[in-house]
Amino acid sequence: MEVLKTLEWSPFVLTFKVAFITTFLLLIIGIIIAYFLSYSKFKMKSVFEALIALPLVLPPSVLGFYLLLIMGKNGFLGKFWEKIAGHYLAFHFEGIVIASIIFSFPFMVQPLIAGFRSIPKSLIEASYTLGKSKLKTLLYVILPNMKASIITGITLTFAHTLGEFGVVLMIGGNIEGETRVVSIAIYDSVEKLDYTTAHVYSAILFGISFLVLFIVYSLNRKLEVKF
Amino acid sequence: MIKVDVKKKLFGPDGEFWLDIDFEIEKNEFLAVFGKSGTGKTTLLRIIAGLEVADEGYIEFNGKVYFDSRRGINLPPQKRNIGFVFQNYALFPNMTVYQNLLYAYNDKKKADEILEKVELYQLKDRYPSTLSGGQQQRVALARALMRNPDILLLDEPLSALDPSIRSKLQEELKSIHKNFGLTSLIVSHDIVEVFKLADRVILINKGKIEKIGKPRDIFIEKQISGKFSFYAEVIDIMESDILNIAVLEVNGNLIEVVVDEDLKVGDRVLVGVKGFNPIVKKLK
Repeated sequence: MEVLKTLEWSPFVLTFKVAFITTFLLLIIGIIIAYFLSYSKFKMKSVFEALIALPLVLPPSVLGFYLLLIMGKNGFLGKFWEKIAGHYLAFHFEGIVIASIIFSFPFMVQPLIAGFRSIPKSLIEASYTLGKSKLKTLLYVILPNMKASIITGITLTFAHTLGEFGVVLMIGGNIEGETRVVSIAIYDSVEKLDYTTAHVYSAILFGISFLVLFIVYSLNRKLEVKF
Repeated sequence: MIKVDVKKKLFGPDGEFWLDIDFEIEKNEFLAVFGKSGTGKTTLLRIIAGLEVADEGYIEFNGKVYFDSRRGINLPPQKRNIGFVFQNYALFPNMTVYQNLLYAYNDKKKADEILEKVELYQLKDRYPSTLSGGQQQRVALARALMRNPDILLLDEPLSALDPSIRSKLQEELKSIHKNFGLTSLIVSHDIVEVFKLADRVILINKGKIEKIGKPRDIFIEKQISGKFSFYAEVIDIMESDILNIAVLEVNGNLIEVVVDEDLKVGDRVLVGVKGFNPIVKKLK
């Protein structure tokens, strides 16, 4: 137990901060995008669907490399951010949040699309014939009846962000308190041959990840909606 | 009065055809649209509701234009004062019976009143998934009435129910229509249902109106005296040497009649009198 007392906890704080912010922002962005992809018909739809699924197949280093170019001091997003925040995105906390959002996109959007598609069309039409707007229908009819998909999206995104490594390393590097999340801290410890710290970090992350998934899957069973 | 005159190209199993319908509904009338499946009945109802758009035409509700293709007017369903009852009920599973009604129109007094009238008040805190099909459809009907619609549009509302419950709900539907002073338009492919409910029937085939008139004039051939005739269902057939004896159910009464026509158990028939003998005619 000596180890726990001397353990540096800041990577955990940082990891959870990134995971919470990413999940929250991605939930809002994901609902908007999944709604349009599920219910509207347009020609470029397949292009969008392919783009969203891309993070599933690309190595994190490829994604991280391009994001680094965009967010660095010569990238347009980096320059833009410098004007409003005073520093670049790369190697800063906001940078890894944005990278996490992009990297976790399919994990949020795909369950949401499945959720939107599971809602019978007649429920939506019934709401319209009762005089309710599209927004009201979304908030009071569609979303409450796809809770299981929303929770799956939240969990997958959260768990995926917890365990993210490649993209964070490319974009954020290894700066204590700013970008050193648990996965980076583990890698760092192993490189320093500090196996004890690596063990503790790994075990804690393992336990938390399992717990999160376990709670959600048991919750999900209770929330299944019957139509 | 409601005027409908619409055209839309549809794609059926035998290729494309034009839905081309022109009719009017008087206030407090119960009108039925009858026809085989795939003839555009449901599409017509959805066009009136604004859930689908006609290629061209005109829809007017009590002087208010809902759709006019020439002037580019097309009100969304939200702006049309209609009540729509779906075949699969379309109740919101996340809301109780009471919440389903209040979502339509937030007036508790009115919801209580309607629930009392359709005898659902005891079930008001239940969720739709715990109700029987018949109860769910009554909730759907109650919900549609919350907004005092100019017209109640019913899309095969009872076709998913058991025959015994269906028959009971037809009676209820008829009395609700009367008691609430509604104007209703039902789409159905069930002759008995149309007969029981409708004041007038539009018979459509391949998107066109084939006949329009009172159910009796449309469905019954004039061979039987109209003075004494009942709709019945064949329950059993006993074959004897020359003639067959059929057991018929007429509104809950069982009768035995000698028949010469070739009938099967389950056939819908009309029993009437010709001369002094009862005769049985199969409904098409």
